[in-house]
Amino acid sequence: MAAEGKAIDALSQFALTPVLGKVGASVGFTQSNAHMLIAVGLVTALMMWGTARRAVVPGRLQALAEAAYEFVHEMATGQIGEEGKRFFPFLFSLFMFILFGNLLGMLPYAFTFTSHIAVTFTLAAIVFVLITAVGLAIHGWHWFSYFKPEGLNPALAVLVVPIEIISYLSRPISLSVRLFANMVAGHVMLKVFASFVVMLGTAGVLGVLGAAAPLAINVALVGFEFLVAFLQAYVFAILTSIYLHDAVHLH
Amino acid sequence: MTRWIRPAATALACLLGAPGTGALAAEPQAQSGGMPQLDFGNPLMIAQVVWLLLIFGLLYFLMANHALPRVGEILEERRRRIAADLEAARAAKAEADAAAAAHREATLRARAEAQAAVANALQEAQAEAQRRAEALNARLAEQIAAAEARIGAARDAAMAALRQVATETAEALVARLVGRADRAAVEAAVARELARRRQEA
Repeated sequence: MAAEGKAIDALSQFALTPVLGKVGASVGFTQSNAHMLIAVGLVTALMMWGTARRAVVPGRLQALAEAAYEFVHEMATGQIGEEGKRFFPFLFSLFMFILFGNLLGMLPYAFTFTSHIAVTFTLAAIVFVLITAVGLAIHGWHWFSYFKPEGLNPALAVLVVPIEIISYLSRPISLSVRLFANMVAGHVMLKVFASFVVMLGTAGVLGVLGAAAPLAINVALVGFEFLVAFLQAYVFAILTSIYLHDAVHLH
Repeated sequence: MTRWIRPAATALACLLGAPGTGALAAEPQAQSGGMPQLDFGNPLMIAQVVWLLLIFGLLYFLMANHALPRVGEILEERRRRIAADLEAARAAKAEADAAAAAHREATLRARAEAQAAVANALQEAQAEAQRRAEALNARLAEQIAAAEARIGAARDAAMAALRQVATETAEALVARLVGRADRAAVEAAVARELARRRQEA
């Protein structure tokens, strides 16, 4: 996995490999999907097992579950308003799925499924279909006025309306590429500096001393990556709630 | 949705300039050199997305139907409990306030009553004292008046006696000096002199 020869192979960590033997291979169940399932299991365990006692004074796990609930609930109602309660389960699932996906990727030997553009784009596409469907369901044909800002000079409309439409259509792309690129960049950097450590470490006494620098950088990077893991999950969820706000209220 | 990803992702792959990924030709080991994420010819990619939809759907189902309602109930229950406790505390406080107010009122009433009784007694005592003083004054005035009357009588008597003594003395003196005395003239002179002195006095 690490440096093979002189080349640093930072990308093979993202390769898909089927798991669960022949059955897994026949249904295309990869380690990526296994990690998704683990993430779902962890989120469900936190939310169900953590709150199993239904304590009025929460324990540590229940406090964590409640904090997650209230954090996303605050986001949903704060950004979208009263209608946000309808989208709260979706927002919560989205946020926790991405957050746990990002955090799971920080474990050694684990796979980061949010580093796959196919995964992030699928999630962004779900968001895109949802906001469009919600907007059309609530406002009908009037929804299309979203692309024409109020009080717009008709002469400028020729310019502004296509820009608005393009910006709307590019939402799933920006949403998915942001998460994907952040996760890939982080993990590639971790891998590159880890490879430096190994390459220098095998190059004699001076090399071992020199390996301290990339090792220190990697330690800092790991901390930074935890921040990015939270931040990107938050950004994805908050942008989704802002889009939902637009769909519900039209600006 | 999965069908939809292919063209978009392919466009993206071209955009990012990843070599060997623009072609959709099925070559499973095409990721050597390029990013495995952009190897959309890999059949595992589609499978990954299909599984993603299933697994994310499972998460949504679990969250929306089981986990989140339960957490919501717990939070609601706690909010209700706290509100009830606060309500009870508020009721207890109102009760205590009422009791304190009643106590304060009773104290005020008792104090007012006591003050009224003190004022009453004071007034009565003052009236009594005044009455006694008046009675005493009246008796004293009476005694003074009697004494003055007595003094006046004594003075009058003394004055009358004085005229007689003066007249007799003057008569005797005049008789000794002159040899005889006109009693009427002496009396008139004494009376005149006495009148003058009384006037001067």
